[in-house]
Amino acid sequence: MSVTATTPATGIAWPWPVRPQHILLALFLIAYPLVATPFWTVQIGAQSLFFGVIALSLMFLAGYGGMVSLSQMTVAGVAAYMIALFGTNHVNIGFGWPWWAQVPAALIIATAAATLIGVIAVRTAGIYTIMITLAIGVVFFYFTRQNYAIFNGFSGFASVQAPVVLGINWRNPQPFYYLSLGVAAFCYLATVYVSRSTFGLSLQAIRDNPRRMGALGFNVYLHRVLAHSLAGFFAALGGVLLVWMNGRVSPGTIDIGPLINVLVIAVLGGLGRPIGPFIGAVVFVLLDNFAIDLIDPERFNLLIGSVFLLIVLFSPDGLLGLWQRLVGWSSTAGGAGSWRQNRSS
Amino acid sequence: MTGVGRRTILAATVAVGFALCAGSVQAQDTIKVGGLATLEGPFTVLGQDSMRGLELALKERNYTAGGKKIELITGSSDASPDSAVNAARKLVEQDGVQILVGPLSGDEGLAVKNYAKSQPQVTFINGTSAAQDTTLRDPAENFFRFTTDGAQWQAGLGEYAYSKGYKKVVTVAEDYSFPYTQVLGFMLGYCKAGGKVADKFWVPIGNKDFSTIVASIPDDIDAIYVALGGADAVNFLSQYQQGGGAKPLIGGSITVDQTILGSEGPSKTYMIGTPSAGPIADNWDNPSWKTFVEAYKKEFPDGFPSPSLFAHGYYVETKAMLDALDKVGGDLSDGQAKFREALATGEFDTPTGKVKLDKNRNAVADIFLTEVAEGPDGKLFNKVVKVIPQVNQTLGFAEEEFLALGPVSRDNPQCP
Repeated sequence: MSVTATTPATGIAWPWPVRPQHILLALFLIAYPLVATPFWTVQIGAQSLFFGVIALSLMFLAGYGGMVSLSQMTVAGVAAYMIALFGTNHVNIGFGWPWWAQVPAALIIATAAATLIGVIAVRTAGIYTIMITLAIGVVFFYFTRQNYAIFNGFSGFASVQAPVVLGINWRNPQPFYYLSLGVAAFCYLATVYVSRSTFGLSLQAIRDNPRRMGALGFNVYLHRVLAHSLAGFFAALGGVLLVWMNGRVSPGTIDIGPLINVLVIAVLGGLGRPIGPFIGAVVFVLLDNFAIDLIDPERFNLLIGSVFLLIVLFSPDGLLGLWQRLVGWSSTAGGAGSWRQNRSS
Repeated sequence: MTGVGRRTILAATVAVGFALCAGSVQAQDTIKVGGLATLEGPFTVLGQDSMRGLELALKERNYTAGGKKIELITGSSDASPDSAVNAARKLVEQDGVQILVGPLSGDEGLAVKNYAKSQPQVTFINGTSAAQDTTLRDPAENFFRFTTDGAQWQAGLGEYAYSKGYKKVVTVAEDYSFPYTQVLGFMLGYCKAGGKVADKFWVPIGNKDFSTIVASIPDDIDAIYVALGGADAVNFLSQYQQGGGAKPLIGGSITVDQTILGSEGPSKTYMIGTPSAGPIADNWDNPSWKTFVEAYKKEFPDGFPSPSLFAHGYYVETKAMLDALDKVGGDLSDGQAKFREALATGEFDTPTGKVKLDKNRNAVADIFLTEVAEGPDGKLFNKVVKVIPQVNQTLGFAEEEFLALGPVSRDNPQCP
C-alpha cells in the first residue's frame, strides 16, 4: 500500500498532498453561505454537513471496521436528547445548564452509549451486527416514546435553543453553517488521519483477517469497541447539531426510518472513502426536500426510493464508485476501498 | 481521463451549485399559499382527503382571491412534529409562501405554532390539528385556527353517553396530544353527569397489535370510548371483534369518520348505533352542507362517499383565508396587518354554520352530536342527533376554571 506522506519537522504526516481541487472545494464550502439563501444555507447546506457526519460515523465502522451499524442515528439521538435534558426545554424537565456544560456532557454520555452498543455488537458479524444494532435502535426509540418522566414521550422536547456566544446566535444561518462546516471538516480530517494511524491500520487489518491479527497478539475485541466509541463521538457531534438546527427532538427523530436513512446516505455516497457520506448526504437532502416539487405530492417517496435503488443497482460503491469509474481513478491508497473484497492490503 | 478532466468536472459542479442557490422570484400579483398535510405515514389517507378539501375551496374561486392569483405549493409530513416543521420550513423559506395552511395532526400543530413564532411575516392558518394547547396556552400571534379543537369536538357527547345508560366506560386512544384532548372533552361532560372511567388505555400511533388492550378490557363496563384514527381504528375494531368483544362503542370524532365507515367487513354492522360528536355530520339536512357534499362528490369521484372532517376542516380554513383576502382586496402589505385583522374579526359562512375566532384566534363553531346509522343504500353514515351551537374553547366553562384543570395529559383528567 503506497501512502504518499511528507514528514515535516513536526513529525506529523499530512495524509495526502493538497491538490487544486481540494482548494477549490474548500473555497466553495466557505463562500457558499455568502451566495445562498438562508434556506439553502441551513436546511440544505448545514443539514447535509451534519447528516454527512452521522453517516461518516457509519462509514467509519463499515468501511474501515467491517461492521455495519444501524445505531449511529440512535447515538446521535442520545446526544440530542441529552442536550435537551441538560439545557432548557418547553416542559422544563431540564437542568438548565449553560452550553459549555451541556455539550461536553452530551458528547460524553453519547460516546459512552456508543461504547456500550459496541460492547454488545462486536461479538457479532455481518448481518447479525446489522440486526442487533437495529434492535438496539428500535429499543431506544420505543423507550423514548413511552417514557414520560425523562423523555416526555411522543412529543419530545421543543424550544431547545442553540447557544448565543459572544453576541452571535449559533442558530442564525451563517454561524450555524460555519459551525457545521467546522465540525464536518474536523470529523473528516480526523477520519482520514485515524485511517492512516496505527490504530486505523490495525482496525482495517482486523476487518480483513481477524484471526491472523488475533494470532499476532492484537486485541481484536478492544479495537472494535474503540472503533464504535470513536464513531459514536462523530455521531454525537452530528446529534448536537441536529437538535440545535431543529430546536426540538422527539422519538420521530430516531424512528426506524431515520435510522435506515443514515445507511442509505452512506451507501448512496459510497463506503469507500470518507468523502462518500457527505456526497450521499447532499443527494439525499436535496431529494428529500425537492422530490415533492418534481413529482406528484402523493408519489414523491417513489422517486426517492427509485433513485436509491438505481444508484445501488448500477454502482454498489455508490456515487463515489460511479465517479471513480467515470474518471478512471486508479486505486492508490486502498484503505476502505478494499472492504468488500476482503483482501489484506 | 486525466487530472485535468477531473478538475474540469469539479469546476462545472461548483458552478452549477452556485447557480442553484438562487432564491425564487415572485410575481407581484400572485399569492403563494402552502398546503401542509400528512401525505406519508399512518395518516396518509386522511391527508389526501384534506388536500381534496383545500383544492375544492380553491377551485370554487378559480384559484383567485382579492383580485390576485393563488399559487398552491404542497408540503408533506408524516404526523411527527419534526417532519411537519421541516416541511413548513421548506414552504416558508425556500418556496416563499406568504400563507401556510396546515398541519393536519395534533402534535404537528404544536410544533408548527412554535415555528410560526419565529416567522412573523407569514400567516399560519391551521389545517385540522386539534390539540388544545396550540391556541389555549402560549398562542402565536400569526397562527389562526378556524376549526375547533379536539375537546370542543366532543361537546355534549359525555352527557349523551351517560343518558344512553353507559355508567362505566374505559377509553382507548392514541398516545399523543389530540386524543388526550378528545378524552378531556368527553370526560368533562361524562364525569360531571356521574359517569366513571375505569381505565384509560394509550397506544402508540401506528400500533398494529391491540391484543394486550383487548385482553385488558374489563368485563363489568358498559361501553368503550374509542378515540383512534385511520388505520389504528380499523385494526382495533377488527381485533376486538375477533377477540370476542361485543361491548358498544362511543366514538371519538375521527373514529367514526368516513375513513372508517367507508371500510367493508364485519366491523360495519358492529358500528351501527355508536354515538359520537364532531365538527361535521354526514347527512345533516341543511342546504349549505348538502351543496358542499355535492361539490365534493362531483369534483372528486374517487374520493370518499362523503367528505371526511379533514376535507371539511381544510375547506373551512381555506375558505376563511379566501374570504378574508377578498375583503382586503388581496392586500398583504405591512406585515399582512389588514389580512390578519380580517381573519381575526370576521364571521365566516361555512357548510356547517358560522365560524368566528376568539381572543386566542381559535374557532367558535357549531358541533354535531351524531349516531351511526345505515342508509337506504347500505352505506353507513352519521345521523344527526343534535346540533350544539357555537361551542367555544372552554366548552362553556369559565376560563379560569377551565385553565385550572391543567394541560391535558395521559393522567389528566381522571374520574375512576
